[in-house]
Amino acid sequence: MINLPKNAAAILAAVFVLSVFYSVFPVQTVGNLTGQAAQAKHGHTGVVGEYTFDDFDPMSYLKSWNFNDLPEKEREKFYKEQNLSDGTMLREYWIYAIDKKIEVAPGVFFDAWTYSGKVPGPTIRATEGDTIRVHLINQGSHAHTAHFHGYHEASMDGAMPEQFVQPGESFIYEFKAGPVGLHLYHCHVTPLKAHIAQGMYAMFIVDPVERREPANELIMMMNAFDTNFDGENEVYAVNTKAFYYVNNTIKAKVGELVRIYVANMVEFDPVNSIHIHGNFFNEYQTGTLSTPSAFTDIIQLGQAERSILELRFKFPGKYMFHAHQTEFSELGWMGFFEVEP
Amino acid sequence: MKKLITGALPVVLLLVLIASFLQFGPLGLLKTAFPPVETIAFERVVLEKDKITAYIINDGPGEVTVSQVLINDAYNQFRITQSTLKHLEKAVVRMDYPWFETLPLSIKLVSSSGLTFEKEIKVATPTPVPDARYILSFAVIGLYVGVIPVFLGLLWLPFLRNLSRRWYDFFLSLTVGLLVFLLIDALEGALELTSEIPQTLQGVSLITIGFFLPYLTLLAISKRGSIDVTKKGVIGHTLRLSYMIALGIGLHNMGEGLAIGSAFSVGEITLGSLLVIGFMMHNLTEGIAIVAPITRHKEDNILRHLITLGLIAGGPTIIGAWIGGFAFSQLWSLIFLSVGVGAIFHVVVEIIKYMKKETATTIFTFTNVGGFFAGLFVMYATGLFVI
Repeated sequence: MINLPKNAAAILAAVFVLSVFYSVFPVQTVGNLTGQAAQAKHGHTGVVGEYTFDDFDPMSYLKSWNFNDLPEKEREKFYKEQNLSDGTMLREYWIYAIDKKIEVAPGVFFDAWTYSGKVPGPTIRATEGDTIRVHLINQGSHAHTAHFHGYHEASMDGAMPEQFVQPGESFIYEFKAGPVGLHLYHCHVTPLKAHIAQGMYAMFIVDPVERREPANELIMMMNAFDTNFDGENEVYAVNTKAFYYVNNTIKAKVGELVRIYVANMVEFDPVNSIHIHGNFFNEYQTGTLSTPSAFTDIIQLGQAERSILELRFKFPGKYMFHAHQTEFSELGWMGFFEVEP
Repeated sequence: MKKLITGALPVVLLLVLIASFLQFGPLGLLKTAFPPVETIAFERVVLEKDKITAYIINDGPGEVTVSQVLINDAYNQFRITQSTLKHLEKAVVRMDYPWFETLPLSIKLVSSSGLTFEKEIKVATPTPVPDARYILSFAVIGLYVGVIPVFLGLLWLPFLRNLSRRWYDFFLSLTVGLLVFLLIDALEGALELTSEIPQTLQGVSLITIGFFLPYLTLLAISKRGSIDVTKKGVIGHTLRLSYMIALGIGLHNMGEGLAIGSAFSVGEITLGSLLVIGFMMHNLTEGIAIVAPITRHKEDNILRHLITLGLIAGGPTIIGAWIGGFAFSQLWSLIFLSVGVGAIFHVVVEIIKYMKKETATTIFTFTNVGGFFAGLFVMYATGLFVI
């Protein structure tokens, strides 16, 4: 039989060692939970906290082009326009490629590569036939380009290795705006996937000479961020910040024409969509033709596809809009219109 | 005094060196070149109706800020006791979420730098709370899996008593086989857990400590005890061997109970009847292991001893099931398992030493080697029902 008194010292020593260890790494019990107030409410989707980082204002992005969100003095550094003798305009842009940390969900930061420090980059808007001159100044740590969708000469394409603008260098892109429609520009440096996923994309709108009907115009870039670099996106949004338009609703009026310029630049996922609640819209695919290509309440867009949507709200109230890839919507791509009477 | 100074000198110099390194050294320079090394480990996840509570620890070297939470790949509201955690700091994350019973559940924490730390629950089921029903049901599970089979196994004593010397050796060898199997089994379990506890706690080193602590302690105890053996005679020695086997098996069964209780509480297994039967058959053989040494010698109060032996070997299963079910911590499972490994190893060595002392020639006879393999095989065959 075990000789207890003589072994007591050894057993006590073992107990002592274990209890010291226990005090450092205690076993956790569920006891402290019972005192908590029971909260059985459902519907807790969404992020916690507020955006604190002043890198990008999704509200102002909706209605900004040609740097018109900047004060006149500031704007001159990035945009100049000049009437030409043939009735068109010369529009000249200074766009800087910059590495920048951006906030994509409250408290979640992403080391982006940007045009002019913003994701999406600054919207370029011109009338068909205008001369576009873009100075791309690369202040980032990687080679970049500005590859425009639309008519241009091969030398302005920004897709060939010899056209890559190396860090510290710059390049001037020049072409006539066309065709009419909603287009894009984005970086075309390889690895392409990385340059898109890191944020190098922006809108390029070409208006018809005969103006479209005046409307409440909204620019929406559907994008996403792979914050942990595992080849899947952790954050989806329209205009970068997850769930932004949930708390900061987009205002509209009953009966007023709302025109949405929407494009999809989500990487890794083959398709994205926009669905608007309580309404139907005319879709003008790529915005190139004056007749609607569909009358619907949802459109699917592959990467770099874009459309102009026109709708009028019939009733006041809050209307959700979101990706009908519901996974994306719960990862941030949702928002609300707030329609006033 | 001089001794003290010379003994402390290297330590003091090291501290000075560390201080100056932190102050002026190249660490600041290196730091910027490193990518953020952030890690968060989940210590425990408790599921209640429409509620999830996660206990987390920062087991990485740097600071981590938990900014958002994804449940099943959707952002979800949460409350956290402290969102920025330094090395080894802990926090509790509380989430309201209508999780679905029997379906998988994934909880992902998103840090400020966008990294994610995931805990996957294979089958979501409410975490048992220590109420009478669960205490009783875990006790019953422990009773069935641990206590009853061991006691049944002890009933082999009269059968073993009537065996010849050769067969006695066979069963001792069989016991060694059984124990070696359990040893490897417990070691494997402990090694598996090393990946589940925070890295900084160095699971493998804990196993090493956990192994040698009981082994060397028991060795020291039995060395002291051997003086008593000469007084009490050989009879006491074999009984003591039985107690040590019972203790070793008890520690192993405690680990088993922990595993069953925790698996049950996190919904990883439903204890089907087949599994319980499997464990019973598996543990029945442990009874043989315990009584094998005492078959050659008559002992006073044998019934009392048998009951004590059975409780030592089987009882910890119940305790393990309780701990595992209500307060599961992989860390403690690992420690119990490695302590069990050490205890079993000690017993194996003791039995072999005993057999060697009792025999004039080699212990590696065909009978003994056969017994050893029979032990391994019995464990293997009954183990087929467990997984």
